[in-house]
Amino acid sequence: MSAGTNKIAVTVTDVVPVNELVKRFRFVRADGGQLPTFSGGAHTVVEMRDGDTQRLNPYSLMSDPMDQSAYTISVRRDDQGRGGSLFMHNKVRPGDAMTISYPVNLFSLDLRARKHLMIAGGIGITPFLAQIKQLTAMNGRFELHYACRTPALGSYVDELTAKHPNNVHVYYDDQGQVIDLEHLLDGQPLGTHIYVCGPKGMIGWVRGKAAELGWPREAVHYEEFLAPQPGKPFEVKLAVSNKVIQVGENQSLLEAIEAAGVDAPYLCRGGACGQCETDVIGYDGKFIHRDHWLEDDQKAGGRKIMPCVSRFEGKTLVLDR
Amino acid sequence: MTIQFNEETFRDDYTFRNSDWAIKRFPFPFHEDSYMYSVNMEQHQGGPAGSVFEKRFDVDEHYVAEMKDRALVLAEDPLRCQSLPHMTLAGWDLLELIMVSKSEDYPDLFELHRDGNNWHWINRPMGIEQKFVFMDESTLPYGPMEYITRQAQGDFCVLDQRDDNLWMDAGMVTTQADWSLDFDIGMNFFEWHAPVPKAHEMGIFVRALKFLLNIQQGMPARRLNWTMTVNPLLDTSPENYHKWGVQKTTLTPENLGAKQHLRVELQTFFRLPRSNALVFPIRCYLISLEDLVTVPKWGRRLHRVIRDLPVELATYKGFIDNRPMILDYLAQHDDGLPTSDGIWPDLATEPPLSPS
Ligand SMILES: Cc1cc2nc3c(=O)[nH]c(=O)nc-3n(C[C@H](O)[C@H](O)[C@H](O)COP(=O)(O)OP(=O)(O)OC[C@H]3O[C@@H](n4cnc5c(N)ncnc54)[C@H](O)[C@@H]3O)c2cc1C
Ligand code: HEM
Ligand code: FES
Repeated sequence: MSAGTNKIAVTVTDVVPVNELVKRFRFVRADGGQLPTFSGGAHTVVEMRDGDTQRLNPYSLMSDPMDQSAYTISVRRDDQGRGGSLFMHNKVRPGDAMTISYPVNLFSLDLRARKHLMIAGGIGITPFLAQIKQLTAMNGRFELHYACRTPALGSYVDELTAKHPNNVHVYYDDQGQVIDLEHLLDGQPLGTHIYVCGPKGMIGWVRGKAAELGWPREAVHYEEFLAPQPGKPFEVKLAVSNKVIQVGENQSLLEAIEAAGVDAPYLCRGGACGQCETDVIGYDGKFIHRDHWLEDDQKAGGRKIMPCVSRFEGKTLVLDR
Repeated sequence: MTIQFNEETFRDDYTFRNSDWAIKRFPFPFHEDSYMYSVNMEQHQGGPAGSVFEKRFDVDEHYVAEMKDRALVLAEDPLRCQSLPHMTLAGWDLLELIMVSKSEDYPDLFELHRDGNNWHWINRPMGIEQKFVFMDESTLPYGPMEYITRQAQGDFCVLDQRDDNLWMDAGMVTTQADWSLDFDIGMNFFEWHAPVPKAHEMGIFVRALKFLLNIQQGMPARRLNWTMTVNPLLDTSPENYHKWGVQKTTLTPENLGAKQHLRVELQTFFRLPRSNALVFPIRCYLISLEDLVTVPKWGRRLHRVIRDLPVELATYKGFIDNRPMILDYLAQHDDGLPTSDGIWPDLATEPPLSPS
């Protein structure tokens, strides 16, 4: 019993450099048909065939959710990464055929909110671009606070400030500008919901401050672009399929399971959706849990692991897969 | 196949009937000779040709009559259809899903023509033709959810998804098995399931919710649920319990085969694209026991299931008092022979009832 997603064959129609670090990609359906509509905040999992390696990276959809003719994503080049974003930047060309997943939303708007307060850091702007288009069409009330390193790296700042001069506030690190979070949160009308997407530190800062000021947990929404971190290689026994596999230094456990030809469920590949949750049958060693899904007591319990982002160090690990 | 729509009623004189076609395609819910709650979910991506699982929204011979019955219920009690203000977008999603599915799956019955946001909908069985502007409520006689669910069989719960839970924030509920939208509106998955016995302790709802939260666009799921109803009544609501509850006392050994119905719900789950809400259509199928036992495998099996059903479930489903009489009837259709696995009638391979 696994939910999973459908896939869509697409053609790349445009690859546009946005600035030194970010490129934008536009996809249309390969069969010429319409793409599904989606809700602002959704992402798609892009499959990349990079030589012998198959990469699956999630990217937020930034185009208008109602526009069924094309999807666009923006990818920040990550020179320290394992190559997915580099592949997108260096190898993908207009006319290429690719496969993407149906949209999945783990960061959707709470449509009951009287006002949507958005806080973005860097490439974390992408889900907000679609949400703002959705809210604009519905006459929803929003305010965006967007922190970037420098004006040159401020993706989509011009477009946003031109279209929404009163609702968009931009902060540049190199000019010493910082979001005055305490005042910002204090001055919000009743029924406001907070959304934050950006680096880990920013998410923690906003969630912490909101909790301190007494904001209800369900009014604070966040999405972190979590990626699998490398670590020491380790060995895993898959009990159901009766295989012993090696997880390489730069491979996630999920990727290693897939490479062994074992079908494993996933949606976000970023530790957020819960879909890849796997039972641990036995272990001798320690877990490196990196997901946002398991509760702290589950992480301590040693009976569950989220193989999309979490790892293991030790002698033996046996999984129910 | 063209469908011949029945002229029939689900109240007063109860002229509801199943044709032979409807009996053979009845969604019999028991795949083995016993029943217990489980997380019985599977993908809803079609099914055997002619079965109720084949299309996204099954349309059958009862369509027109069921829609008339819904209109009667709504005229008496408008609170059967409610939508909290933030659910309007989900209502449009649902309208689109049903119109697109029905026009693609039943092109001879339904047509949808779209020119940007100018839509033209034709519903032949109900004689409806409507031009309207998608996403503009002022161009429809009702809100989008009410408009389309007055033209679609089964109840509809539209669930908002937030805070890792589902919230019953909109619905059209006129054919329910003794629960009330007006009572459940605004509740979450655990709250509205509170009256169900045993399933909470079995951990069923925790697992079911995790599954539902992860249902994605284009990957609908389904499950079957069932209960028993005396007389072919669609509206077995708590609001009207005073009208139908007493009918349970009218069963006699003579009329039981005709009056006692197995009530099966085909429940499906679709993610809605623009709103990220989840829609839960609950399609109700009724069959009298005398029609059901014309399929020998089903007669044998239903007897065993009802006989061995835990008391808590028979009580919750509301037929504990009548269970002995129902068993007397069904026992006549169970010769003790083994039954084949699965829900299908297997008429060609399962032996007829042996004479006693
Ligand atoms: C829901 C969701 C939405 C997302 N949306 C976007 C988006 O809109 N735009 C976008 O650009 N990205 C987005 N991401 C992130 C994206 O999926 C990728 O993680 C990102 O592009 C980096 O991919 P990569 O393959 O280049 O690097 P990955 O291999 O995924 O590595 C990412 C990070 O892992 C670490 N790392 C990996 N290998 C090494 C190594 N050998 N040594 C040291 N450190 C290492 C580094 O910290 C690196 O920065 C999203 C992620 C999620 C979960
Ligand atoms: C989001 C979709 C769902 C909705 C809106 C829904 C709604 C309901 C409601 C209103 C009831 C009646 C409760 C009462 O007595 O008042 C009910 C009963 C029940 N539900 Fe759900 N439900 C949903 C999904 C599920 C799923 C996925 C399962 C999976 C196991 C499930 C299992 C049950 C069971 C076992 C009962 C008791 C039914 C009986 O014995 O007749 N439900 N549900
Ligand atoms: S795939 Fe989403 S948590 Fe692992």
